[in-house]
Amino acid sequence: MNRRAIRRAINVLALCLSGVATAIGLFFLGAILWTLLKNGLAGMSLKLFTEMTPPPGSAGGLLNAIYGSVVMTLIGILIGGPIGMLAGTYLAEYGRTARISTVIRFVNDVLLSAPSIIIGLFVYELLVVRMGHFSAIAGAVALAIIAMPVTVRTTEDMLNLVPQGMKDASTAMGAYTWRTVTSVIYPAARSGIVTGLLLAVARISGETAPLLFTALNNQFWSSDLGAPMANLPVVIFQFALSPYPNWQQLAWSGALLITVSILILSIAARLAVSSFTQGRR
Amino acid sequence: MNTVTAISPRHAAGQRQRERLFRGATLAAALLVLLLLGGVTLSLIVGAWPALAQFKLSFLTREIWNPVTDQYGALAPIYGTLVTSFLALLFAIPVSFGIAIFLTELAPAWLKRPVGVAVELLAAVPSIIYGIWGLFVLSPVLQRHVQPWLIEVLGPLPLVGKLFQGPPFGIGILTASFVLAIMIIPFIAAVMRDVFETVPDVLKESGYGLGATTWEVIWQVVVPYARTGMIGGVMLGLGRALGETMAVTFVIGNAHRIGTSLLAPGTTISASIANEFAEAVGDLYTSSLIALGALLFLITFVVIAAARLMLMRLERRALSSA
Repeated sequence: MNRRAIRRAINVLALCLSGVATAIGLFFLGAILWTLLKNGLAGMSLKLFTEMTPPPGSAGGLLNAIYGSVVMTLIGILIGGPIGMLAGTYLAEYGRTARISTVIRFVNDVLLSAPSIIIGLFVYELLVVRMGHFSAIAGAVALAIIAMPVTVRTTEDMLNLVPQGMKDASTAMGAYTWRTVTSVIYPAARSGIVTGLLLAVARISGETAPLLFTALNNQFWSSDLGAPMANLPVVIFQFALSPYPNWQQLAWSGALLITVSILILSIAARLAVSSFTQGRR
Repeated sequence: MNTVTAISPRHAAGQRQRERLFRGATLAAALLVLLLLGGVTLSLIVGAWPALAQFKLSFLTREIWNPVTDQYGALAPIYGTLVTSFLALLFAIPVSFGIAIFLTELAPAWLKRPVGVAVELLAAVPSIIYGIWGLFVLSPVLQRHVQPWLIEVLGPLPLVGKLFQGPPFGIGILTASFVLAIMIIPFIAAVMRDVFETVPDVLKESGYGLGATTWEVIWQVVVPYARTGMIGGVMLGLGRALGETMAVTFVIGNAHRIGTSLLAPGTTISASIANEFAEAVGDLYTSSLIALGALLFLITFVVIAAARLMLMRLERRALSSA
């Protein structure tokens, strides 16, 4: 009887602790969001979207940084997305059981979790040194290299969810694989693939480390892809560590902006994928 | 008209050609993944060569980091990287384990999804946000309330006390480990949850049938079955902690030295690169920073590869038993 009571007590204690652990995790998410809202909302105004980043001590906004982030993220996903989709298609359709596919999957997984600052160093060596200066296009390429493995992985997973019967039906009508893929498999997996792309965008739009020595920063408006370009993450980094209150305020507003966009993207991606997989099962 | 049109040879040839093109394009894209890894490795080795040729093995064993005299050693960043990652795992593993248990064994169905999504959102928050939060919110709290207490209570102890001496800076090794722990909790928890869900119900039911409590089923049935996957998840978290840059750069203090106290400022490989690379002048300085990067890549590659191999083996087992 006593032994049973001890076992029960241990059980209750352990389960309570797991509840506490979950509460801790949720607490930190709440704390971070709360800080962002409290400090970020104070600086929210139209000026944020219409004015350039200011010198210390005067008023300004984040227009050039927002523009730079959007441009580089878009170019990044436009390069990394399609290549990733093609590679994912190879893994799921042509080379499903090929030995090289096992190697590619493994290497892709390694790239997926490799430190992003390493990708920054790589692009620095590859482009910045050759061009002789920092540039927006180098930043975009770094983001593309980070987006690619994400897309490879999700595309392969999503194509594998398309029922084999649909592929067989298309093949039985005499279609080549490329026809089956473009006319049957891609449309069937569309929302899944879009989810993968959204997740990739969410991933790269907050990346800071790879931009530090590729796109660097630019205090002024620039739409020249061959020149350094401002972007939200690097501006947040520099402004937050500065001693000037107006810069720090802008850093908080930028941080709020970027986090809200990423959370919306992630939630949208999750909704899209749950409607997709539910339809499949 | 009931004639059967034969496919013209030209049409057939066109189809075949497009098939070759498409297949070639997908294969090329897939091979690009391999090329990328090769390119990254090669460019790091080439970039690091001047520093490695100059300092040879002493690069790994010296603490000195002096841009003025052009003397560089990687010991302090290596030490910082390993210590912060180790401490982060120490904090993160129990919490992640608890979350995974809560999500798979304990939470009622209506709570499972929202809590699961919230944990996943925590993983989506970019690392620079953790950095700015750690600097402006967490480190003042630690400086005012936690570190004085640590210094007072643990500082005088023999041996262990050495780790908790000196003034409470707020920023430093301990704070960086804390922020890292918060960052990797969602990753480890998500992998553990997925692994726990692969445990066959029959096994758990047998445990309950023998009269085991929920905790006994978890500890004696679920955990042994899921061990490989759990280690894989922890290693993935470790890989992330080792390479994490922005969150650490904000709160580590960026001091190229090895202090015995965990409260003292330090540096990590990634923080050194992020802080100094854009401003580094001189080939040897730049090359030394790239050598640090190569070192980081080597360490994380080994850790991530081991993690992936473990998880892959697990997947194969799940497939063959299904």
